[in-house]
Amino acid sequence: MIKKLTPWIGYGIALLILPQLFDSVLGISLLNQLAIAIVFALSYNMLLGQGGMLSFGHAVYYGLGGFLAVHALIKIEYEEMYFSIIYIPFIGGLSGLIAALFIGSFSTHKAGTVFAMISLGIAELVAASSLILESFFGGEAGISGDRTYGPPFFGIEFFQDSEIYYIAAVWVFIATLFMYLFTKTPAGRLANAVRDNPERAEFIGYSARWVRFISFCASGFFAGIAGGLFALNYEFLTSENLNAVTSGRVLLMAYIGGLGYFIGPIIGAVVLTLMNTLLSNYTELWLLYVGVMFVLTVMFLPRGFAGFIMMHQLAWTQGTLNQLFKPYLITALPAGVFVLATVALIELSHAEETLHFLGMPLNPESAISWSIGLILATAAFYATRRTLPQLRDAWDTANTISEEEGESS
Amino acid sequence: MIEVFIFATLNGLVTGLLLFMLASGLTLIFSMMGVLNFAHASFYMLGAYFAYSISLQFGYWTGLIFAPLIVGVLGAVIERYGLRKVHQSGHVAELVFTFGLAFLIEEAVQFFWGPDTKGYQTPELLNFPLFTLFGQEFSAYRGFMIAISISIFMGLYYVLTRSRIGIIIQAAITHPNTVANLGHNVPMIFMCVFGVGTALAGLAGVIAGPVLTTFPGMAAVLGSIVFVIVVIGGLGSLAGAFIASLLIGLLQSYAIASDLGMPDLLNLLGVEFERSHPLHDLWTITLPQIAPVLPFLLLVLVLIFRPTGLMGKREQ
Amino acid sequence: MRIFRIPMSLNYTLLTVLLSITSYTNAQEPIRIAFIDPLSGTFASIGSNGLRQLEFAAEYYFNSKGGVLGGREIEIVPLDNQQSPTETQVQFRRAISEDIRIIFQGNSSAVANTLNDAITRHNRRNPGAEILQINYSAVDPVLTNENCSFWHFRFDAHVNMKLDVLTDYIALNDDIESLYIIGQDYSFGHVVSETTIDLLAKKRPDIEIVGNEFHPIGQVKDFTPYVTKIGSSGADAVLTGNFGADMVSLARSIMDSGLEMPIYTFYAAYDGITATLGEDGIDQIYLVHNEISNPIPTEERKEFIRAYKAESPNSDVTQPRIINALRMVVAAIEESQSADPYDIALALEDMRFTNFSGEEIWMRADDHQAFQSLHISVHTDQGIEFDADNSGLGLYSEYHVAAEDTIVETSCRMRRPRR
Repeated sequence: MIKKLTPWIGYGIALLILPQLFDSVLGISLLNQLAIAIVFALSYNMLLGQGGMLSFGHAVYYGLGGFLAVHALIKIEYEEMYFSIIYIPFIGGLSGLIAALFIGSFSTHKAGTVFAMISLGIAELVAASSLILESFFGGEAGISGDRTYGPPFFGIEFFQDSEIYYIAAVWVFIATLFMYLFTKTPAGRLANAVRDNPERAEFIGYSARWVRFISFCASGFFAGIAGGLFALNYEFLTSENLNAVTSGRVLLMAYIGGLGYFIGPIIGAVVLTLMNTLLSNYTELWLLYVGVMFVLTVMFLPRGFAGFIMMHQLAWTQGTLNQLFKPYLITALPAGVFVLATVALIELSHAEETLHFLGMPLNPESAISWSIGLILATAAFYATRRTLPQLRDAWDTANTISEEEGESS
Repeated sequence: MIEVFIFATLNGLVTGLLLFMLASGLTLIFSMMGVLNFAHASFYMLGAYFAYSISLQFGYWTGLIFAPLIVGVLGAVIERYGLRKVHQSGHVAELVFTFGLAFLIEEAVQFFWGPDTKGYQTPELLNFPLFTLFGQEFSAYRGFMIAISISIFMGLYYVLTRSRIGIIIQAAITHPNTVANLGHNVPMIFMCVFGVGTALAGLAGVIAGPVLTTFPGMAAVLGSIVFVIVVIGGLGSLAGAFIASLLIGLLQSYAIASDLGMPDLLNLLGVEFERSHPLHDLWTITLPQIAPVLPFLLLVLVLIFRPTGLMGKREQ
Repeated sequence: MRIFRIPMSLNYTLLTVLLSITSYTNAQEPIRIAFIDPLSGTFASIGSNGLRQLEFAAEYYFNSKGGVLGGREIEIVPLDNQQSPTETQVQFRRAISEDIRIIFQGNSSAVANTLNDAITRHNRRNPGAEILQINYSAVDPVLTNENCSFWHFRFDAHVNMKLDVLTDYIALNDDIESLYIIGQDYSFGHVVSETTIDLLAKKRPDIEIVGNEFHPIGQVKDFTPYVTKIGSSGADAVLTGNFGADMVSLARSIMDSGLEMPIYTFYAAYDGITATLGEDGIDQIYLVHNEISNPIPTEERKEFIRAYKAESPNSDVTQPRIINALRMVVAAIEESQSADPYDIALALEDMRFTNFSGEEIWMRADDHQAFQSLHISVHTDQGIEFDADNSGLGLYSEYHVAAEDTIVETSCRMRRPRR
C-alpha cells in the first residue's frame, strides 16, 4: 500500500516544491504551462494510448472548455454568477464533457481511420466556426475575462500567476489521480481490451462502441479541465486554442512521451513545453530541431521516452544498471559532440554574421569555422559508431537474466 | 449568370484535377501500405520549390521534368530508410512519423529557401490567353494544367489495369500476403509505389506552383483536403479518388460562385433577426464564406452514413 | 546576432536582488527593449525584418553615438511569439522576468489586443512595475478607441484613417463606377469592408459596391473562382485588406485572368511580395501607407537606407514606423531623463517629432494615436531609386495627405493612473 502511494506523495511534493525553486515570473509561468500541458496530454492518452482512438481534433474539447470557462469568468465579473474562480476548471471540464457527449455519439461508432478522419473533419469545422461565430468565440482576437473579480478565496484575490499555480497544482493532482484511477476501473480495463481486439470484447458481451464512447467522454472532460486551467492562467482564449496546431501538438506530446505508459504523456508534455519556451529564445531554427528530434524519436524510440526509461527495468531489478553507466557515458560523449557540431554547422549556414555558439565565435565567411565544424562532426560521428558495439555488449550483459533470478520469476 | 457558371465549372475542373494528382498517389499508398501519409502535400510543396530553383537556372521545362524525379527519389529513400523502419511499430507510429515528416519538411523548406513567397513564374511559352469568354481570359497555362492532369489519370489507369505491374499492385492492395507468397518482393513494390506517388505529388507542385503561389504554407493549405478526397472516394479506388476530386473541386467552385446564404433562406421563410440576437452570426453566413470548409462537412457526413466512402470496398 | 544568448531568466529574481544593490546607481546599465513578434514559423519573415530594422536603428542613431541618458546603450531583446496570442503571453512574462519595461509589438491585431489586455491588467495589479506597449503596426481601431490604454502607444495609422485616404483617392478617379471588396473573414477584413462602404456612400454615392466577399483566412488554395466573380460583376476596381500569401495569390489570380483593374491594398509590398507580383503587377497595385516611398525626400533617409542595405543587402527598410517609434521613445526618455514607463508615457503624450523623411509626427494625448502624413503608392519600375526585394520594382508615392488631414475622432476615454 505504502509502495503504491509513494509515487503520488512524490508527485504532490514535487508540485509543491517546484514553485519554490523557480519563483521568478517566468518560472511560474512555465510551471503553469506545464500544469495545463500535463492534464491535456494525459487526457489525450486516454483516447490514443488506452482506447486506441487516434484523434486529430482533441483541441476541440480543450478549446471549448476554455471558452466556456472564460464566459464564466465574464459572468462572474458582471455579477451574473457568484462563486470562487477555483471552480472554473470544473466548468471547463463540464463543457468538454458536453461537447464530447454530442460528438462522441456519432464519431465512436468505429475506431481506426474512420474515427481519425471524423475527428479531423470536426476539428476543421469547429476551427472554421470559431472565426465565424464572433459573438461566442470573439473572432481571431478571442474573448478575455478577469479572474480577480470573483469572491476572494481565503483572502487570495489571484492577482499573481503564482497564486494561480497552487490552484492549478491541486487540479493537476486531482485530474492525474482520477485519470489513473480510471485506468483501474472496469471501463478503463475494457478500453484496453477494445483497443487490442474489439471482436473479442464484443464476444464476451461488451459493446465496443459503448466502451469507446465512455473513454471518449472521460477524455473530453479532462481536456476541458485543461482548457479551464488555461482560461484561469491567461484570462483569455482565442481560436488558436482549438485549431489543428494545438491538436497536433498534443499528439506529439503524448507520442514522444510514450503512449503505452501512464507517465509517458507527462514526460512528453514537460519536454515539448520546455523546448517550445526555452529553445525558441536561442535560435530561430528551433522548430527545425524539434522536427528532427520528433522524427528521430519515432524512428528509434517507438515507445517514446517513457519506453526508453522502462527498457532499463530489468537491469534495475537485477541491480545491473550500474554496469551500463560507463558504456553510456562512452557513447554519449562523442554523440554529444556530434550533435553540437551539427547544430553549429546548421546555425553557421543560416547566419549572416558572426554568431556565438557556446561562447565560441563562429564566422560564416571564415573557412576555419566551417572546417572545424565539419571535422568535429565527422570525427565525432565515427567515434560514436565505434563505441556502439561496446554499448550493445554491455546492454546484453546487463540484461541477461541471471540464473537464480530466472528461476524465481 | 451563364458565364459565371461556365467559369466556375472550368475553375472547379482545374482545382479538382490538381487535387486528383495528389490524391491518386495518396490513395495508392494508403490502400497498399495502410499509411495515411500526412507528408503527401509536403512532397507537393517540395516539387514546387525544386522546380522553382531549377527554373532559375535552366528554365521551366527542365524543372517540369526533373523536379518530380527528384521528389520521387526522395520519397523512395524516405520510405526505404524511414517508413520501413517505423512500419514494425504499427500504423499509429507510421502515421505519426509522416506527421512529423510534414512538420520537418516545412521547416526544412524555410531553412533552405527562406520564409518569403517565391517569384515562380509561368513559362513564356504559355503566357497567353487560351480563349476569352465574356471578357474574361482563360489562360493557356490552366489549359496545360488540365491536359497534364488528364493524361496522368489515363496513364495511371492504363498502367494499373492493363500492365503486369499494375495487376501485381492491384493484387497487393487487396491481398498483400498472397502476393508475397507468390514470390513478389512486396517491400520493393511498396517503395516504388511510394516513390511514384510522391513524384506525382511533386509534379502537381511543379504545375501548381506558378499559379497558386510558392510559399512555405502551401502544403498546409492542401494537406488535409487531400485526405478528405481519399476517404470520401473510398480506399484503394482510383476512380473513387477521381470522382471525389472533381466533386470537391466543383463543389468549392460553385459554392464560391453562388451568392446564396442564410439571409436568403431566412428571407424566403420570412424570418428576421435583430443584429444583437445571439444567433446573428450564424444566420448571416453565406455559402462563399464557408466554401473552403465544405469538404470537411462532406467528409463527416460521408463517414457517418457510408464509412467505406463512395467507391470503397472495405473499411480500414 | 541573437542566437545563443546566455540563459539568465529562470532564476532571475535572486540575481536581480543581488545585482540591484550594486547596479542601481550604475549609469552604464543598458535600457532594454523587448521585441515580441514572430521570428520563427510561417510569419517569420515580417518579424525578423522588423527586428533587423529596430536593431539597426538602435545602433545607427544611439549606440554608435554614445547611447542615451549619458551613456546607456539600448539593447533590443528579441522574443519570438510565433504570432500566437498564447506564446505572446509566455514571452510577455519572460520580459517581466527579465525586468524589461518597454515592449515593441506590431504583427497581428489579435496579438496586440491580447497583449494590451494583459499589460493593462498587469499594470493595475503591479503598481510601480508597469510595462509600456509600443505598437508599431497593429491597425485595429479599437486599440486607440474603445480599448485604449494609458500604457499603449500606436505609431501606425489605424484602418479607418488609412481607408479615409484610400477612399479619397478612389473618389478622385472618375473612371471607377463600381468597386469589389474582398477580404479575409476576420475582424480586420470586416472593418475594411464596413468602413469602405460607409465612406464611399458619403464621398461618391454613385460608386456601386458590386461585391462584398469574405473568404477564410489562409485556407484558399486558388483564388480564380473569386476572381471569376469579380470579373463577371463588372467591377472597375478591387479593394482588399488581405496580407501575406492571401494577398499575393489574389493579386496573381487577378493578373492571370487578364483583368486590368486597379487593386487597392494595405500590404502588397516587400518580403518577397514585390518580387512575386513582378512585372505583371506594374501600375495595377496600389497601397496606402505612412512614410513616403520613392522619391525619397531627404538625404538623411537616403543615407540611412544605404547604410542599412550595406549591412543587410537582402533586406529592405520596410517599416520606417519602427524607427520612428524607437526614436520617439528615446526622445521621451531624454526629455524626462528617466527610463520609467510612466515618465516615458507622459513625455510621449503630445510629442511632436520630425522623422527622417522631414515630416512631423504628432502623438495625440487623448488616445495615444500617432498622426503623420499618409501616402498612396503604386507598384512600378519607373522612378524607383530604392527598390524592394532587389527586384528593380518598388513603390512610387503618387498621392499624399498631410498629417492634419488624417486626424479622426476617437471614442477613447482613457483611465489615467495616478502617481
